[in-house]
Amino acid sequence: MAVVALDPVTIPPQATTAAVVCDKVTVRFTTERGTVTALQDVSIAVPSGSLMTLLGPSGCGKSTLLRVVADLIAPSGGTATVLGGRPSEARKRRDIGFVFQDAALLPWRSALQNVELPLEVGGDGTARRPTRTPMELLELVGLNGWENAFPHELSGGMRQRVSIARALVNEPKLLLMDEPFGALDEITRDRLNEELLRIWEQTSVSILFVTHSIYEAAFLGQEVLMLAANPGRVREIVPIDFVSPRRLALRESADFVQRVAHLRRVLESC
Amino acid sequence: MSAFTIDTEEQARFLQARHYLVWRKRLLPLAAIIGLVFLWWASVRYFGVRPFIAPSPDAVALMLWRRLDVLMANLMPTAIEAVLGFLLGNAAAIATATVFVHRKTLAEAFFPIAVMINTIPVVAKAPILVLLLGNGMEPKIAIAALIVFFPTLVNMVRGLEAVNPQALELMRVLSASKREVFWKLRAHNSLPYLFSALKIAASTAVIGAIVGEWIGSNEGIGALIIQATYAFDTPLLYATIIVGSTFSACFFFIISAIERFVVRWDSSAH
Repeated sequence: MAVVALDPVTIPPQATTAAVVCDKVTVRFTTERGTVTALQDVSIAVPSGSLMTLLGPSGCGKSTLLRVVADLIAPSGGTATVLGGRPSEARKRRDIGFVFQDAALLPWRSALQNVELPLEVGGDGTARRPTRTPMELLELVGLNGWENAFPHELSGGMRQRVSIARALVNEPKLLLMDEPFGALDEITRDRLNEELLRIWEQTSVSILFVTHSIYEAAFLGQEVLMLAANPGRVREIVPIDFVSPRRLALRESADFVQRVAHLRRVLESC
Repeated sequence: MSAFTIDTEEQARFLQARHYLVWRKRLLPLAAIIGLVFLWWASVRYFGVRPFIAPSPDAVALMLWRRLDVLMANLMPTAIEAVLGFLLGNAAAIATATVFVHRKTLAEAFFPIAVMINTIPVVAKAPILVLLLGNGMEPKIAIAALIVFFPTLVNMVRGLEAVNPQALELMRVLSASKREVFWKLRAHNSLPYLFSALKIAASTAVIGAIVGEWIGSNEGIGALIIQATYAFDTPLLYATIIVGSTFSACFFFIISAIERFVVRWDSSAH
């Protein structure tokens, strides 16, 4: 069987070839009810150009880990290295794209204007000439003809496509996705999964993708990072070695079903 | 492929039904007004109510027609006071809200005071302002400004702060400056909140100006109300009230029209 459980602590931090390296990252939040350890000594390495999915029960700190990498949360302990430097440096260089669960589009801007937003803010936005224009990115996510539509005129799936185009406009080297398809119906989700893989193959972006769908984690990920809750820690890293390009039919294969079954067993023990 | 098919007959029936509903909504209130005016006229007639206690509607209509020059001459100062008070009070409220959002300390120190001043009834504030500002237009403008200030301040602070948290995270990922967050995010976000306050302010500014005129003035809708009451000229009193509220209604509709032009997105959807 190709499924191998790795001891997370033994993964060497390879700053030169890894898009993201987390070394014993710990995050604690203090509230009136006490201190919560959201992440405890999490060490991972996301190879450059790869797609890693994060899977785990609610409260295991998946989103927190993503926010540490994006420099939205400072870790209480340990270090995160993004593209060989500090997360804040990568953020300021516009090397990080973030896709939120709710598309977080600005409702007063058209689809095209939403995609253009990153070019208007943050000072050096204009200094970086993107090779793909916002229009071409809308085309890439399958929204040609919708550029003048406002968010309330778009379906949930279309809004999420716009937000993916927006995250890609600065040509980030790392794309962080926080349950981006969690609120969508299953048919839309399947279609967007396939399209995300197509976009990933067309760009050389590394992706860290948080989900609580086992199928999504197995279908998208080259590796599935499984986290356990209370405190959030690495349970297992499961390599998924299907050949590219993956298509939805893959999910009916015996191999796929077997892997999903394994992920489910691990998840149940988290 | 479109989800819509054209069935001309069905379409015609649908449009006819909608047409009927639209007109029903317009005509029913009009019918109710005509009915009530008739009831008013009939009861004044039937019970033989003396004109200085309650005039019949035709006497009021005649007064509106005959004394239109006097009524308009008195509407002028009230309208100027209301509009200037509206502009001044709302501008001050918007500026204060902007400062409050950026300087939390100031907000925490002064917001309770603002709420306290707001609890003083207008009729109690008016004499104080007349003593402070004299007998001209200034105290009336000040009262109108004061009366619109607080609702706009509260709504504006809410609108500037009730920003989608993921949109705020997005701005952080984009390394947006505070100024950019304000202009690209908060200012737009506050517009629906601002306009609901402005629509209330349109009618309360007129009330403020009229109450100011009650305290000490010999021209304006408020002064005319006092004069007509003491002279037992009840038809003039009613005519004055009609002129005042028609002006209020026009003011409200102008603000609503501007709102429809400015807030084009569906503010209920995120």
